[in-house]
Parts: sequence; structure tokens; C-alpha cells
Amino acid sequence: MAHTLIAYVEDKPGVLNRVASLFRRRAFNIVSLTVGRTEQAGVSRMTIVVDTDEPGARRAEANLYKLVNVLRVDDVTNKPAVVRELVLVKVGVTAEQRTAVLQLVNVFRARVVDISAEAMITEITGSQDKVESFIETMRAFHVISVARTGLIAMVRGGAKISANPPLVAAQLPENGAAEDTSELSMSV
Amino acid sequence: MTKLTGAQMIWECLTLEGVEVVFGYPGGAILPTYDAMLGYKIHHVLVRHEQGATHMADGYARASGKVGVAIATSGPGATNMVTGIATAMMDSVPIVCITGQVGSKAIGSDAFQETDVTGVTLPITKHNYLVTRTEDIPRVIKEAFFIARSGRQGPVLVDITKDAQQGSAEFVWEPGPLRLPGYRPDLRTLPSELERALQLINNAERPLILAGHGIISAGARAQVLEFAERAQVPIATTLLGIGGIPASHGLNLGMMGMHGEAYVNSAIQQADLLLAFGMRFDDRVTGNLKTYAVNARKIHIDIDSSELNKNVRVDVGLVGDLRNVLQELLPGVQSADHSAWLDHIDSMKGDVAVRDIQSLPDTGHLYAAHVINDIWRITKGNAIVVTDVGQHQMWEAQYYKHDHERTLITSGGLGTMGFALPAAIGAKFACPDREVWVVAGDGGFQMTMAELATIKQEKIKLNIAIINNFYLGMVRQWQEFFYEKRYAATPLLGPDFVKLAEAFGLRGMRIQQRAELQGLVEEARADSGTVVIDFQVEQEDSVFPMVPAGADLDKMIRRPARDVLIETGADPDEWELGA
Repeated sequence: MAHTLIAYVEDKPGVLNRVASLFRRRAFNIVSLTVGRTEQAGVSRMTIVVDTDEPGARRAEANLYKLVNVLRVDDVTNKPAVVRELVLVKVGVTAEQRTAVLQLVNVFRARVVDISAEAMITEITGSQDKVESFIETMRAFHVISVARTGLIAMVRGGAKISANPPLVAAQLPENGAAEDTSELSMSV
Repeated sequence: MTKLTGAQMIWECLTLEGVEVVFGYPGGAILPTYDAMLGYKIHHVLVRHEQGATHMADGYARASGKVGVAIATSGPGATNMVTGIATAMMDSVPIVCITGQVGSKAIGSDAFQETDVTGVTLPITKHNYLVTRTEDIPRVIKEAFFIARSGRQGPVLVDITKDAQQGSAEFVWEPGPLRLPGYRPDLRTLPSELERALQLINNAERPLILAGHGIISAGARAQVLEFAERAQVPIATTLLGIGGIPASHGLNLGMMGMHGEAYVNSAIQQADLLLAFGMRFDDRVTGNLKTYAVNARKIHIDIDSSELNKNVRVDVGLVGDLRNVLQELLPGVQSADHSAWLDHIDSMKGDVAVRDIQSLPDTGHLYAAHVINDIWRITKGNAIVVTDVGQHQMWEAQYYKHDHERTLITSGGLGTMGFALPAAIGAKFACPDREVWVVAGDGGFQMTMAELATIKQEKIKLNIAIINNFYLGMVRQWQEFFYEKRYAATPLLGPDFVKLAEAFGLRGMRIQQRAELQGLVEEARADSGTVVIDFQVEQEDSVFPMVPAGADLDKMIRRPARDVLIETGADPDEWELGA
């Protein structure tokens, strides 16, 4: 299943390469990866969606922590979080189809951001389900191009998240058979 | 404050880190650094190939516990280091590799001898750096040494552009802690987890310690022995754990795994609690994971949290330095009597306790296992033995009994042929007063034998045992067992090793009869210079017992009762290649 990890990393050259290389080397399948700066100077935030099981996600997390430039990792898969993706879809439309597309755009609360004689660019932001069903719906027309940003995620609530946590989440057993070790954590 | 060139800074930093010897090879992009070297007291060993430099740094680190240092130029110099860096990575050995890089303005232009070395070594270093500014050199080198030797140790590469070496800046050596906010070498376990571990430990009936390399890296011998003696827990070791606890200790069963003792592997399969101390459940020690120790609860202590539940699911995982974790556990470990369990393991030893090969009739011919066992006897187990990879390596692990830490130096995880000779040179520099033996096969020895010239130039004394069976023996063994004896590309014609040694200005010997062994080995040891001994041994001997790759751990191939080698007693002089 897809796991969504947020990694806070030092904003230094080559860090993206280190993270991507780690996932490749350990044979994890990246669904999407986004990077951007944060409110803190020198700290970038990566949202990594990786297709793996629960122990795989724990292993990915532990391996991320081994990278010297990784400050903090949160698995927000099962946390209340806002998860969003932005998608641009360019559809080729005839004059007759235009109204139909505009109606669908309204239903999805998407937007038209560019329009020309034979095509229009639509923009949608939302959860993965929403954007995917929008793309699927647009396929009824002539989809020329799709551009997706990949997911970004943010945990709900007002708690401040330090990029350099005192506690590191630790390993869970590979399946639920063993007793719960969720309290196992390690302090620096 | 005085200004230094970047090149001077490198040597200044190495001096401040306590480095006494570096292993390297000069070239264009590292030339400024070599030019500055003459002003410093650090001894430079000129190697014959940069791979040798990394293995020497590795051998130095394994023998001394200190950080080993290797230096090379950009491009081919740096890429030649790759095998040695990967070797150190797999076995968690602290080395720092310094490479020259083309000028910062030329980076990315495919300049002469330009290679993206930080890119190439990304997956095989613990961390690496590209330094393009002179003023960054001291901080980066300090970080490199700290990262290499802290936490789970490993190789760190520092790639420094030529203009950064040539530039000048104020030399700032910050005395305080380093600013590495994402680096957590010092993880600790929560008390509740220790409590859960103690419950399992104090209620176990058939406990067994699996002792790995972590015992040596963490210096946890005393704690492991206190634990084992108090709770009466027998100990099995991994290949890299050998020497971590004395071979002669009553609770030490010996090596586990693919070529471990059969009764050790059986004990693992029958145990009700496995205590994995600084080992990582490598496929060479577990065999088939589905059937591995299914009766046992498992407690895993490792400094690297990503090792927990990687291969084997454990009941309790304790993260931290092994010595620290054991010190926290020990107050709660109760005295126990597991004599029934220990007696049972003893009964499984039975006639196996004397290994198969030791009961071979003495035909006067050489068996590799005899050679190694005799070297152990003659050196009274006090030598540092550096092995290569293959059959001889397993025989060494089986027949040389190591009572002391850091006396077996071998490439475990990566299985790097060609490791032994250069690593032994490094070990000798780490321990100049110790007797150092190289035990290598004829295959691996030929991969890095150019370093004989380094030995001659540095005037160091090694004893080099080539276990020469005219085959790539371990591969031949697999072909015999699993590929119907189709010996594809394993018969091996080597040089005359005696003449080869002489060509390098060293002494060579050849031993073909066991009767000659004692006298000639004593003679070689007494010689003040390095002696290369060509031990011509049984060609088609195999390492027993053996767990085939991926098989159940207690399903071992044993030495056939009527061994062909014993029956034919073929004369070594009549051996022909590929016969």
C-alpha cells in the first residue's frame, strides 16, 4: 500500500539525490516525491509516497534517518493530515465540447487557466482520489498532456513540528503477531 | 591567525586527528596535497593500486580500532577505490578517503580525469563530501572523521577540488561539538524495552548468544562474557565476530552459518531465545529465513535501527552501542543454570567436535585445513591473520582459534578477493610489533599481488601463506556440488610464486609435504623480511560442513564418509590443471 512520508532535510546540494538513491538502492518503489523549502531557513521538506507494506515503511524511515542530512521523518499515512496534489490537464476540445468541459470543471471545482482555439488547460487541486477521478473524466475528451506535482501533506492541528526531534520513531515488528512495540523509541 | 593553503589544511587536520600513517597514490588533481605532505610528519605509504590503499586503510582500522586514511587522485584514482570503500561499508569499518577533484570551474565539463566521485560512491559510503572552497576543508575533514568512527562505523569520502587545495584561508579548527543536526550516532533504548528484554532473558530455557562484529567495534567483550557467564548462555559467533570472545572460552561454541559447525547451527534451530549482539542476520548465517530459528524468541541489539526486523523479525529490538546496552541490561540479568541445554549442545558435538578433516589419514600431502591448523599451533594463536576470500577463509575461521580481538581480519559482507595482502600491510602498520600472517588463495592473491612491491619498499615483515590449489576453489566447490562438476573458468594457472617473491626482492618458499611444514614455517617466521610461502594443497578439497545457499540452516552437506581424496591420495606432482 502507499505510505506517505514527510522528510525534513538540510537544504544542501545533493540531498535529493541521496534520498532518491536510498529508495532505489533498497528497492523501494517511489510513487511520488516532492521537494520544497519550508518556513525554516536551511530546511527543505520532502513528501515521499512509497508503495510498500508497514514493515517496509518502517525500514524506509530508519534508512532515511541514517542519511546525515535528514533531520526528521514523519509517516503521516495513518495520521489526520491534509494531503494535496496539483494537476494540470490540457485537453483538446472542439467548440461544441467546450461547454461540456467547462461544466465538468465546475463540478470538480477545478479551474480553466488557459484557453485557445483548439485546447484548454485545466487546473485541479485536491486529494489523490479527487484529482485522479478528474483526470479519468477528462479522458472522455482528447487529453493532450497531464502534469502532476505529486502529493504534499501536512498534519492537522496546531502542534509545532520541530525539524530536529528529540525522539525518533522506531521499528515495529514485521507483522502484528508480536506484542505491540510502538512505545519503543529512542532518544538522542 | 595564520593562513594555510587547502593542501596544508588537509595535513594539519590529519595531524590533529592523530593520523600517523596514510596510504595513497599521487596524481594530477591531488598534487597540491602531495606537495604539502613533505612539511608534515605523517608517514605516507605509496601503494601500487588505489584499491590497495583502501584495503590498507581498512586493515589498519580493523587492527587498531582507529580511523584508516587513504588518498588518491581524481578520476581513475578515485574509481579504483570503489571496491575498497564498498568492502569497508559492508563490514562497518571506519576509513576516510581523500580524493582530488578537478578544479571547481571545470566540474561537469568532462575534464581530464574527471569523475563524479561523490555520485559514484554515494551508495557505498556512510557519507561523502565534495569540497570546493578552501575554508570548508577543516570542518569537513573533522566531520568526516567523526562520522566514520561514531555510531555504526563506516567509510567517508572527501572529494576536494584542486583549486580548493591551492587556495589559502585562515585555518579554523573548532574545538566544540560539530553541527550535524541530522546525525544521530548515539541512539538509546527506552527502559521499558530493556525490561521486556530482561523478562525474555530471565525466563529462557535454551538461550543462545549470536555474537557479531559489533562486539569488537563496541569493545563489549567484557560485558558479553559477564552476561554469558552469569546467565550461562552459550555463544555462537559470526565470521566477523571471531576473536570478539576467546575461542577457548567454555561457552564459545564457534562459528555459525554456511560453513559453521553443524552443532552450532542445530543449536540455533533448537534455541528458545536468540540474543543477537551486534550482528545483522546476513543470509550467510541464517540460510532459509522461513525456517530460521522458528522456535526462538529473538532479542536484537544493534547500533543501527534499520537492521532491526530487516531480515529476521525480532521480539525486542534494542538500539544502541552494544556495550552501553549490555551495561544497562546487566544489572537485571539473573544467574541461571542451563546445564541441561549446555549438555544437550555438548552431546550434539559428539564426534563432530573433532572436525572431519583432522581425522584424515596423514598421507604426507597437504590439506589446507592442516596448513592453517599447523600455523595456529606454531604461532600459538597469537598472530594477526588477514585472509582473502574463499575456501581458505572458511578454513581459517574453522581451524585458527582466535582468543584475541582484532586478530582475524577478513572481508565478510562484500567478500572481496584481493583484500588480504593490502589489508595485512595496513594491519602491520597498525601493529608493527605483532606477527602478521596473510592467508590467501592463489586466485585472490593474484588480484593484488603488486602490493608485494609496497612491502619491499616499506621494509615490512609479513608471513604470506598462499593456499594454492590451482583452482578458484570456492567457486569450484559450488560447481562440484551444484553444477555437476562442470569446472567453467575455475582451473587457474598461477605464476611460480617463489620466483615471483624473489622478483620483488622477497623470499619465497614452496611446501608440498606436511612433513616440511613445521621447519619451513619456523624459518619463515624467523626471517626478518617478508616471506611468501606457496602451500600446494589438495586440489579438489572442499569446505565442510556446508549449508547450501538458501537452504535450511540445519540441513548441512557433510564430508562424504569415503572421501575420494583420501582414497586416491593423488601425488601433487602429478596434478594437472583442469584434470
